[in-house]
Amino acid sequence: MPKLSWFLYFLALFLNQSVFPQTRQPLKIGLVLDRGGKDDKSFNASAFTGATRAKNELNIHLKVLECSSDSAFVPTIRTFAQHGYDLIIGIGFVQKSAIEAVAKQFPRISFLLIDAPSSLPNVRSVIFQEHEGSYLVGTIAALSSKTKTVGFIGGMDIPLIRRFELGYRTGATAISTQVKTFTHYVGASSEAWRDPSRAKELAMLQFSKGVDVVFCAAGSSCLGVFDAAEEKKKYAIGVDSNQNWVKPGTILTSMVKGVDQAVYESISLKLNGLFSGGTVHMGLKENAISFSIDENNRKILTPEIERQALKIREQILSGTLIVPDFYNLHKSTSTSK
Amino acid sequence: MIELLTSSLRLSAPLIFAAMGGLLCERAGVATICLEGVLLISAFTAASVDLLTLNPIASVVAGMFAGSIFMGLHAFLTQKAKTDHIISGVAINILAAGLPPLLSQAWFGSSTNTPSVPTAARLSAAWMIAISLVLPLGIHYLIYRTRFGLRIRSAGDGPEALQTAGVSVEKVRTLALLLGGALTSLGGSYLSIGHSSQFLRDMTAGGGFIALAAVIFGKWRPIPVLFASLFFGFTEALPMILQGISWKGISIPVQWIQTLPYLLTIGILVTTIGSARPPRAIGSNQN
Repeated sequence: MPKLSWFLYFLALFLNQSVFPQTRQPLKIGLVLDRGGKDDKSFNASAFTGATRAKNELNIHLKVLECSSDSAFVPTIRTFAQHGYDLIIGIGFVQKSAIEAVAKQFPRISFLLIDAPSSLPNVRSVIFQEHEGSYLVGTIAALSSKTKTVGFIGGMDIPLIRRFELGYRTGATAISTQVKTFTHYVGASSEAWRDPSRAKELAMLQFSKGVDVVFCAAGSSCLGVFDAAEEKKKYAIGVDSNQNWVKPGTILTSMVKGVDQAVYESISLKLNGLFSGGTVHMGLKENAISFSIDENNRKILTPEIERQALKIREQILSGTLIVPDFYNLHKSTSTSK
Repeated sequence: MIELLTSSLRLSAPLIFAAMGGLLCERAGVATICLEGVLLISAFTAASVDLLTLNPIASVVAGMFAGSIFMGLHAFLTQKAKTDHIISGVAINILAAGLPPLLSQAWFGSSTNTPSVPTAARLSAAWMIAISLVLPLGIHYLIYRTRFGLRIRSAGDGPEALQTAGVSVEKVRTLALLLGGALTSLGGSYLSIGHSSQFLRDMTAGGGFIALAAVIFGKWRPIPVLFASLFFGFTEALPMILQGISWKGISIPVQWIQTLPYLLTIGILVTTIGSARPPRAIGSNQN
């Protein structure tokens, strides 16, 4: 029986090479999503959009895998590497150690890592300037709040999410020192990214303390926060993707993080032979961080607030306003994550 | 304080339903590790039917039906096919974890969640919480005051006696499982269309297992199990309230607060529970 399968295997190889010769092997891209999955309407959805766009426009071979547990990252990434994929993309800081472990074993394969730094020569890591975007939505929240009380709900209490929180809080209190902010985290394990009922309870708690605008950076858990906001007629701010459409009239705006842009760009660099390792920062300047305005939130985000937010955006871009960065405040913690 | 209480009640409700369902099955002598799966499948069914019909009552009934089918499968596997109860339960959990994403992808084009149900078509969470608080009394009456309850208890404690009396143990156990499945499903429906507005993959987050722990904690008796479920709901709610509270500028790190429920549970289990004696014939198959 093993002999027969070997025979079939070689036959298949032979047929593949000789009978169906391929003029040019398309670039093979493997995308490994974080546990939120491609339909989280947020972080992973954005990565999936970018990769799908590359597939449609650049003629590449794309395979997307979701991992059901944190321990599945290394085997999944290694499988891609063993099958000769040219570029393997790991979405989310949790994949840092997995990507680095495999990248060391396969120095000829390129890797893209989102949200965590890496110093390996074949790993390109993209870090977004989340604090700048969070500062902007923080000012929008404070300007829109009638009670002058705003909330933040994060997924896990990790440096990345603290960076959102610090930017948001600074932005909100920059509008007026009277503005109060409340911060809560959903959990201490990666379940926190997908626990909407707990996130909803946290939002309810914040609303009971007078919060009327809440910024949520907690993956799929945010759907629970949006629910609570809709029920209590408060505002919520989405994250990573443009989430305004999820609950029109409830979602004030979204802090959009251009994960799709980073994924698409890296694929196109790889295609043109320009891919290189190293850490890339993407922020307001690259338009990879922004706040979203479309027909779904046009009615609730007043032009006056938009004008003010754009003015602050200009100040950050020109360097007259410097947003505190949690990574710089706590250098040691950020690099260890 | 009020917020802590209401939050505890909201988080306890699904646990109470699942624990009452689990209690019935376990008292009948069937180990039900599959509560988690039944919660998931009923949550998904209720959300899907609600999206179609916009009728929350019909959705709850559909959810109960789906839950009963899954518990019926457990009954078939354990009572007819004489499979080990734990193995059957694990199989059902895996099936119920995998099926919703597949169907959700096919029906709604999104594997991780169903679309959101409009507010008007939601299940009233307040009513469900009220039902969850009264239900244990009904279960108490059923188990200790009715003929069917007596049969359930003897199916769990002395199936030989039941057999000698000419009653089919398989039949009693199957009925208990179907009823238990329907009760557990109330919790699932509450989760997806009462407390939230949609089904999300793995949204029960281990609730079925916590409910099972509550059954054991409450020593397989309805009223103590109710309080055990409320306690677990409280330990879920407490860390949320404690977060962000600071005293003289010092606040407790979130990670510490979040280990609190586990410490509390261990503490209470060690100090108060004493010996938990399960129904004697639990997990056994009558031949």
